[in-house]
Amino acid sequence: MKHVLTFLELESGPRVDVTWDGTALSLPEGSNLAAAMLAAGVGVFRHTPVSKAPRSPFCMMGTCFDCLVEIDGVTRQACMVEVTEGMVISQPQELGGQVNEM
Amino acid sequence: MAAAAEASELGLSVTIIDEQPRAGGQIYRDVDKVSPSRAPILGTDYTDGKRLTESLRQSGIEYLPGAVVWAIEDQFRIMYTCEGRGAQIQADRILLATGALERPMPIPGWTLPGVMTAGAGQILLKQSGVVAKKSVLVGSGPLLYLIAAQMVRAGTPPVAMIETQTRSDLGRALWHVGGALRGWRYIMKGLKMLAEITLARVPRYSGASDIAIEGDDAAKAVTFIYKGRERRIDCDIVFLHHGVVPNPQASRSLRISHNWNAAQQSFVPKLDEWGQSDVAGVFIAGDGAGIGGAKAAEQAGRLAVLKIAEDSALLSTQDRDLKAAPLRRELGRELAARPFLDTAYPPYIAALTPDDNTTICRCEEVTAGEIRGYAKLGCLGPNQTKAFGRAGMGPCQGRYCGLTVTALLADANRQSPDETGYYRIRAPLKPVTLGELAAMDDMVQNSAE
Amino acid sequence: METDYVIIGGGVVGLSVAWGLLRRGLTVTVLDGDDGSFRASRGNFGLVWVQSKGMNEPRYARWSQQSAAIWADFADEVADNTGKTIPLEQNGGLDLHFSEETLHATLEKYEKLKTQLDGDYPYEVLGHNALRKSEPHIGPKVVGAILHHQDGHANPLKLLVALAADVRRLGGRVLTGKIVTAVTKPDTFHISCADGTFFSSNKVVLSAGLGAAQLGPKMGFKTPVRPQRGQVLITEKLPKLINRPSLIARQVDEGGIQIGATNEEVGLDDRVTQPGLSGLAAEAIAAYPALARAQLVRSWGALRILSPDGLPIYQESAELPGAFLVTCHSGITLAAAHARLLPDWLEGNDAAPNLEVFSETRFDVS
Repeated sequence: MKHVLTFLELESGPRVDVTWDGTALSLPEGSNLAAAMLAAGVGVFRHTPVSKAPRSPFCMMGTCFDCLVEIDGVTRQACMVEVTEGMVISQPQELGGQVNEM
Repeated sequence: MAAAAEASELGLSVTIIDEQPRAGGQIYRDVDKVSPSRAPILGTDYTDGKRLTESLRQSGIEYLPGAVVWAIEDQFRIMYTCEGRGAQIQADRILLATGALERPMPIPGWTLPGVMTAGAGQILLKQSGVVAKKSVLVGSGPLLYLIAAQMVRAGTPPVAMIETQTRSDLGRALWHVGGALRGWRYIMKGLKMLAEITLARVPRYSGASDIAIEGDDAAKAVTFIYKGRERRIDCDIVFLHHGVVPNPQASRSLRISHNWNAAQQSFVPKLDEWGQSDVAGVFIAGDGAGIGGAKAAEQAGRLAVLKIAEDSALLSTQDRDLKAAPLRRELGRELAARPFLDTAYPPYIAALTPDDNTTICRCEEVTAGEIRGYAKLGCLGPNQTKAFGRAGMGPCQGRYCGLTVTALLADANRQSPDETGYYRIRAPLKPVTLGELAAMDDMVQNSAE
Repeated sequence: METDYVIIGGGVVGLSVAWGLLRRGLTVTVLDGDDGSFRASRGNFGLVWVQSKGMNEPRYARWSQQSAAIWADFADEVADNTGKTIPLEQNGGLDLHFSEETLHATLEKYEKLKTQLDGDYPYEVLGHNALRKSEPHIGPKVVGAILHHQDGHANPLKLLVALAADVRRLGGRVLTGKIVTAVTKPDTFHISCADGTFFSSNKVVLSAGLGAAQLGPKMGFKTPVRPQRGQVLITEKLPKLINRPSLIARQVDEGGIQIGATNEEVGLDDRVTQPGLSGLAAEAIAAYPALARAQLVRSWGALRILSPDGLPIYQESAELPGAFLVTCHSGITLAAAHARLLPDWLEGNDAAPNLEVFSETRFDVS
């Protein structure tokens, strides 16, 4: 995973550990998950089910659904979730490798 | 918030259902939580929002944060989820204050990671104190200057501003300057922001065209034509903005009539002078009723509440009109600068009816060319192209392709946007799990007005 | 301009018939409605289905079987012509049961029908454990299922798009935004539209779904069709969870799980309701518990076009000979029959299928 820091955090506060796609991340407690992941250098949140194109947050206000991630087994909008200790986050499971078996 | 405070004062029982975890909406997002060091960056227009969040706490208003409405049914049952559980509430009247969305800006490369709306950039700053290190702002409009000025204050000015409005747009806008003088405070603020941006030596490219974002897995650069020459500016983050449009999801799902507003280049709900729609009992205030800004939204919200109070026999018609008069004057002042702004900063035309290869539906990855192809197969409206090519079927439910599809079809079929129409919006307004849905069978009902 | 046929209604039924006529070298004009028309073709469930059909009328079961048998060939031809794929899977379909009683009651009816069809009704019963082998996500509440080998499912929207393209490619004239107001037959047929345009033809097919209810009586048909609402849900795109389709749920080729459908007599109201959606969600979770965590992304209400006995109606007008009513609620299943077999009946040639039992005379009060 690339960790190019394209964003800067202006302040620092208490942090908690979460898991992102199997690796540990330390994010500000209670912060917006999408913002925290961006600031931690997560560049790609998911790949689209249609063309597998990479995506990351676009609107930050819960309307575009490009920041979808899977949290504890449920697909959620990262920009509408607050960071809590021990969250298990991953790219959403979409249709497997091959397309259109039907 | 303003409407709720007014309503509570007038003796109505009020529940606010807010998708966000804390009050403030998008404009005053997390205003109660913002750190003292960040407040000067965001400015007093933002911190002014505390006035509203405080009024919310003082009055006896029921405030439901983190509550995501996914359906509104007749007379009126409002279905929402909160903390992973489904719930519903009964209300006699509804005031939709669902605000605006950024106008979709489909240009080549706009789906790449690293490309965001300017509003997203601002939310990152307001809510999280997160700023982009190497960004470019693209588009037009006052919000672009606001976020640029805030970025300057935060010590991370944008690498460049690539602006799509032209000198002739400004020339046309000057016709409206008389009206805009009534809204002179906005003009002064705009000039002050521009001065800040100039002082920080942020390069501005006005009248840019042929804008595209380069990159394979992430945005790497923006290319465009400026004064006849091709330019390329490296960056990590691109913030797009060319105006905001009413968020139509809730009002469309209620089948409220909408008309095309040519000045704002968007559909707006049909409302009377109190903000009541043609679905009796449903009021709309704020940007969701047509773009007017945060202060105008307060006045509109209060006006709607006056009408509701009168309908509920808590206010005489005479008192209602008495209270309404100053609100209407204030509203007029707030809206005075709109014609100037709409003309000076029009949408980027190439993003209204994009080139064939440009993706217009981000969710289902449908291109403008495909929509034009479906028009040739006889599709007159967006509901047909939705069935033919899935545009608008994804999780965003057409929020970021609806206006583009309407524009493309109107253009291809030589029909007006009104004749072309818009998506039928149905539940769920936001995704809800099947488990939450199934558990709704036995629900406790609350009541509110 | 005069054509051999004017087809009123450009949904899957009208386009299938148009396609079949065009393939025989006839000239066809299709008059289609607007963006707001009730359109069963874009709201349906997408099954190519045989089981449970025609329990009281073996001819209908047979007609469905005939169509299912030639469906793949028909779809391949349209797909080859247009380069647009029409995903189809015919590996059998399931009728899931939550109680032994309903399972046995259904089996009794199937046995009777099988005899009437000379044994050509290939189904088998899967107990819970056998079912689990092919459907690992099935829930404990499902006691068993009937697996019918002639069942399957398709992508109905891709069929619609491909048909629309191929009808044009074959020279069909498809005009949209046309609301037909009157059909007369001074010598040839004269068809008038609300926008002031009119068309003439030698024959007319009325395949306008619910729109036929108004127009049909003016053309000498009883047209006893009514709307029945079916609410349908679709989830986010998911990894493979369901193999064979059932009337409760199927996984579409794009990955979403489609869940259906209610049967509601509510007139021309195609809205969705929370009780409707909640009920469907609960049933789907009972069948496939893993669905509880899936996000609902879309829902819609579509209006089925039902005759009093649920069977199709194929009727030539006595008042206006040469005008035909073609209506059914299984336009997807019957698409192949409508494209490949029905033209012979419309043309009245020797190969015409016997559609006697589907005539409107069955609704005569005797």
